[in-house]
Amino acid sequence: MTQARPHRPLRALLAELWQDKPAALGLAVILAIVAMAILAPLVAPYDPADQSILSRLTPPVWNDRGSWEHILGTDNLGRDVFSRLIWGARTTLTIGGLTCLIAAGIGTVVGLWAGFMGGRTDSVLMRLVDIQVSFPGILLILLVVGVLGPGMWTLIIVLSVTNWMVYARLVRSVVSSTRQTPYVEAAEVIGCRPSRVIFVHILPNLVSPLLTLLILEFTNIVLAEAAVSFLGFGVQPPDTSWGLDVASGRDYLFIAWWLVTFPGLAIVATVLSINLFANWLRVTTDPEEREKRHARTVAARRRRRGTA
Amino acid sequence: MTDFILRRLFQGFLVVFGVTTVVFVITRLAGDPVSLMLPLSASDEQRAAFAAQIGLDQPIWVQFLRFAGDVALLDFGDSLWQRRPAMEVVFERLPNTALLIAAGLGTAVVLSIPLGAIAALRPGGLADRLTTSISLLGLAMPQFWLGLMAIMIFSVTLKWLPTSGIGTPAHLVLPALTLAMTPLARFTMMVRAAMIDEMNTQYVKTARAKGLGLGRILRVHTLRNIMVPFLSISGWELITTLSGYTVVVETVFGWPGLGLTAVQAIQRGDLFLVQAIVFSIALMIVCIGILMDVLSKMIDPRIELN
Repeated sequence: MTQARPHRPLRALLAELWQDKPAALGLAVILAIVAMAILAPLVAPYDPADQSILSRLTPPVWNDRGSWEHILGTDNLGRDVFSRLIWGARTTLTIGGLTCLIAAGIGTVVGLWAGFMGGRTDSVLMRLVDIQVSFPGILLILLVVGVLGPGMWTLIIVLSVTNWMVYARLVRSVVSSTRQTPYVEAAEVIGCRPSRVIFVHILPNLVSPLLTLLILEFTNIVLAEAAVSFLGFGVQPPDTSWGLDVASGRDYLFIAWWLVTFPGLAIVATVLSINLFANWLRVTTDPEEREKRHARTVAARRRRRGTA
Repeated sequence: MTDFILRRLFQGFLVVFGVTTVVFVITRLAGDPVSLMLPLSASDEQRAAFAAQIGLDQPIWVQFLRFAGDVALLDFGDSLWQRRPAMEVVFERLPNTALLIAAGLGTAVVLSIPLGAIAALRPGGLADRLTTSISLLGLAMPQFWLGLMAIMIFSVTLKWLPTSGIGTPAHLVLPALTLAMTPLARFTMMVRAAMIDEMNTQYVKTARAKGLGLGRILRVHTLRNIMVPFLSISGWELITTLSGYTVVVETVFGWPGLGLTAVQAIQRGDLFLVQAIVFSIALMIVCIGILMDVLSKMIDPRIELN
């Protein structure tokens, strides 16, 4: 089963992904959304801010009053809903990506430091993490926004500052357990410098759990960004964001259902696809879980053969 | 046990102190409370008088000590919007939030155990696949969107339930169910995973081999063992609900609890009220954390602090 892997690792991996149809679909949807976000100026039929009072509140195309000019309809200012969705993907992915990178960066450094130094440094750093974990997340954002005023960068910074602890905890636990392993001890005994021990012997162990955590945290950030923007404290009007579009569609809930429905569906599709893919990735990169999955498929095949 | 509780209380105290410091740093050092709270038309004399009134003319450490002293007495000053002590507003709105959370999380707990158990009885079966898919969907839906969809379907189209407000039990249904969705999905997945592990243990297999009924196995063996993880995950879920979900759900449904009040206070530049709400919620979160740890320890004495 794994013989083909060293030769064509990517193809073997894709073949394995194909076995799990929901995860494959999830990856396809994620790639489509990312492509949409990158190519937004080319893909979007209209400028997201273009207003046209004549065609305001046009319903989607399958409605009797809808037209092909605006596939998903228009909002109260006559802006094209589909174009706004595409540009909204850009905002969401940018905020999510930047926040995850900053938070993971801080968390990895703190976790590596705590796990590698041990002792007093470790306990002080981890106590700090404890304090931060007990902080009310969205409320802290509200407090900061109340003082500094809303904006995309305020949001990115506050979300990074409130989210790095999970990474620090994970990195620390992996580092402090790998420190005990014979190969790390051996490396230290033969006189490797600490930087070499960290980068060559300890960091590779972190790649798989960190990657999975990063992907799962990304969905949390997407949901948090949407919620804060919905409340009016995140991304501000000339920019577009899915959460913001739901908020502005809220006033037209009674007459224009599509304004609230589509941006929300975009959020659901993004988060669901990422979760499906991340679940597969977690199982695939963890040797123990892989074995369990393999055992299950073999058992299922045996059962099928038995009944046939 | 007393030692355990004392150490946990001390930790909690440190956290509360940390929260106080952070709130102080954010509101006094990062921003300018005077221009934030007074209208633009205020004269320079009014600004100076207000700054002196809240002690901004003092050195920073005096300001901090005063602030910490006020916090210890739960005195956050008067809400500029409501024109009465900020804590009075907090105590007035707190029961509404508590009711909403109790109804929402209660529904999630009550539904998740049977759902998870049914899914775990035949992993990979129809019931399992259905529950898992719906849970995954539930985890992907933002509460504000789910709430608006619920209003659109049940209030606008079907006209079964009121769109917003508080008063009758009918007003509670939609907000509570919206709030319940995410925790319900997480609880169900957790119960399912834990039950599958439990059903594969040697002692459950022995019990089944002896011919014990499924109901008795569930009651005596499996459900008891998942109590500890269930308790800790529900404590965690209570904390996330308190610190985030309620703000969104209360805003969507116009439910006059702490979350909605915090949003309104920020919109009105009422810094003292925002501080009071953030601090009270942080305090509740710390207390819940301590309570959960102590309860877990009482159920399973093997648990150690860190």
